[in-house]
Amino acid sequence: MGKTVNIVLSGEAGEGLKTIEKLITDLVSKYYYYFATKEVMSRVRGGNNTTEIRISEDKVYAFQKNIDVLFLLNDNALYRLEERINEKTVIFGSEKYKDDKIIKNKKSKLEIIDLDKLAKEAGNKLFKNTIIFGFLLGMMELEREEGNEKIKEFFNDKKEDIIDKNIDALEMGYKKGENHTDLFNIKKGNIENCKNISGTEAVGIGALAGGCNFVGSYPMSPATGVLTYLAAKGKEFDVLVEQAEDEIAALNMVIGSWYTGGRGLATTSGGGFALMQEAVSLSGVSETPCVVHIAQRPGPATGMPTRMEQGDLNLTVYAGHGEFPRIIVAPGTLKDGIELTQKAFYLADKYQVPAFILTDQFYVDSNSQMEKFELDEKYLEQNIVETDEDYKRYKITEDGISPRGIPGYGKGVVKGDSHEHTEEGLGTEDFNIRRKMNEKRMRKTVKILEDYIEPELIGDKDYKNLLVGWGSTYGVLSEYVNKSKDSKTSFLNIKQLYPLSENLKEYFEKAEKVLVVENNFKGQLANLLKLELGIKVDEKVLKYSGEPFSIEEIESKLKEVL
Amino acid sequence: MTFEVRDNIDIAWCPGCGNFPIRKALIQALEEMNLEQKDVVLVSGIGQAAKMPQYLNSNFFNGLHGRAMAVGFGVKSTNPDLKVIVEGGDGDMYGEGGNHFLHNIRRNIDVAHLVHNNMVYGLTKGQASPTSQLGFETPLQVDGVILKPLNPIALALSAGATFVARAFSSDMEKTKEIIKKAINHKGYALVDIFQPCVSFNKINTNKWYKDNSYYLDDNYDNTSLSNAYEKALEKDKFPLGVIYKSDEGNSYTDRHNVYQKENTPVHKRKKDIKSVNKLINS
Repeated sequence: MGKTVNIVLSGEAGEGLKTIEKLITDLVSKYYYYFATKEVMSRVRGGNNTTEIRISEDKVYAFQKNIDVLFLLNDNALYRLEERINEKTVIFGSEKYKDDKIIKNKKSKLEIIDLDKLAKEAGNKLFKNTIIFGFLLGMMELEREEGNEKIKEFFNDKKEDIIDKNIDALEMGYKKGENHTDLFNIKKGNIENCKNISGTEAVGIGALAGGCNFVGSYPMSPATGVLTYLAAKGKEFDVLVEQAEDEIAALNMVIGSWYTGGRGLATTSGGGFALMQEAVSLSGVSETPCVVHIAQRPGPATGMPTRMEQGDLNLTVYAGHGEFPRIIVAPGTLKDGIELTQKAFYLADKYQVPAFILTDQFYVDSNSQMEKFELDEKYLEQNIVETDEDYKRYKITEDGISPRGIPGYGKGVVKGDSHEHTEEGLGTEDFNIRRKMNEKRMRKTVKILEDYIEPELIGDKDYKNLLVGWGSTYGVLSEYVNKSKDSKTSFLNIKQLYPLSENLKEYFEKAEKVLVVENNFKGQLANLLKLELGIKVDEKVLKYSGEPFSIEEIESKLKEVL
Repeated sequence: MTFEVRDNIDIAWCPGCGNFPIRKALIQALEEMNLEQKDVVLVSGIGQAAKMPQYLNSNFFNGLHGRAMAVGFGVKSTNPDLKVIVEGGDGDMYGEGGNHFLHNIRRNIDVAHLVHNNMVYGLTKGQASPTSQLGFETPLQVDGVILKPLNPIALALSAGATFVARAFSSDMEKTKEIIKKAINHKGYALVDIFQPCVSFNKINTNKWYKDNSYYLDDNYDNTSLSNAYEKALEKDKFPLGVIYKSDEGNSYTDRHNVYQKENTPVHKRKKDIKSVNKLINS
């Protein structure tokens, strides 16, 4: 495993941490691997937020707890980060933000740099970010000219004078950074054929790749990014985006769109999804497809709006009253974010069921490099038939899938119903029809499983210990397996969480010890594996503080149990 | 082709229910407008009135209680070529669906919103509805309703509705004409339809509605918002007819950026994977 430097910027909300992150990751991604993530407080201004940028010779995907280089940008920063600094940490910050007791205790090194003062010298306190950018470039020994180009690109809508001053500010920082090249002894490489994207963008691109043309959603952290991403792309990609009055409206709108032949998406978090449940059930019985992206955050209720958890798997598996098939996918990598979202649209359409994409705050708010690839056009396919005069929306078929017509296409009429219904789509209380319709709907599960999205095994095929995870733990678990030289431990990332395929059992039968790693209290996947497939889980490694697992934490926890 | 159902179906309404003449009025309106069944979508929720689509032969989506307007929005905005009629009762639309009522008025989505107003809950057997009058006794409001009745006409006007009308079920001919105007209106159109509930409302009977309403005369200027507010607030007798109509301001789909670009319904537009690939590979 190559060297990694973990740079953390810690400051107030609204100060521009995002700008530095964008500038620096754009540039370093050409020469190094990186992984960037942030943790923010649920507020618009003030408080203390941090952005972590891990820069490495190898691929990195995980949150790292220990900080190598820390920039203190406000006085709230240090005590919040006390647990993340140690004797190897070098802290840059102004005299007024330091806390001697903490620094002494942790044996960290403090380098006084008054960024506010420097920024004022440069002409404006806003130049602080550019100075830090310059500092980092100097520290990494990257060409200042490249930095200047980035500044010009970033501020291209600003006056020349502003650009010039930013370039001066960059130089100021660069000179300071040059004195600290020892902090960054990472071999420069050439990273090609990669694209920097965030989890939010991955889901957004996936939706477009799945033919999404309608979005109805109510803003809710951390799912709003997907909504604004698609709003920005709406005109170009023919997506009608509407801010709903509430989440109940959102999913009902989406269902109305699918009924009409659209491919709609609702993006939300647990609380919003809880409100959508009756509509999920409507999608189930009326066999009107729908797609919902659920970016999880810690509950119950308001919980911690800007933090992460994987606590809503149960909610998603059981959402909605009554029994009906559904599909749940959970992306771990950025590529999965695109491909699984794309497939969610395809599968929802093909099987006329609700499909869910389960992510979380850590996943959507992190960004990294993704290897470029070509999307499969197949997933844009629509299974819509032209109706004839005798069209029956709920025709009973062998595989349970009734050819789906839409209003205005063909001579027939399309009757969609939330009641138990006849083949024509008229409400009925006939017990015999009820039984047949129920069986018809449930039969679709057999076909859905034929399209089961296979899990990914990371590590040696001949393992003794099997780590099992879903969603955003992909990063930390794959990094753990890649990093540790222990070939006895492999990691299985389950991409389709529902319905679960019997074929998964093979992976478990081979293992002597099965450990499920999840960001929740109960071990929801572990319990689901037991319930659905009778899989015995030996150990649950759980975290439910609102933070993701760090690589160090996984290393030490697995050391205990393996 | 007729919107009348082909077979004799078992209609679940009570004999004498105001829903029957509304059904006839709606069928006649659709046929006189020469609309084709395949181009009409009736969207409803739950309640006695919301069963209407089941008793007509056209496209329909009979969804959840209170949510018909949200589904109707999804239908119309996905395919503006369809004629969308959202229909249900006062509880469905003004109670459970109150939020969607309000915000779809603001959207000015081009749907005809037909609300059967019998001032009582029928399907759940006789509780108060948002339009029940003060003092109305029910098995649930045992000492009579103590909540002020909602005034849907005034509410719709204040939310910016571009078409607000009131009809009375027993006058099928006039109800039909009002429904036609609502369907023809380019934007959101509310028709609050007074209707007796023969089983659960012994106060607001057919006679009561008749005695407590009157038709606006031909000289009434329904393009004036202040006239409309005045009529909306009248309590002695409720005015019937088109209370307000404005052709100012385009409907939702005319204003939305995807339809400013082109008229083709969004679901009919060709998707091209190459353009999405650019997001990954550029």
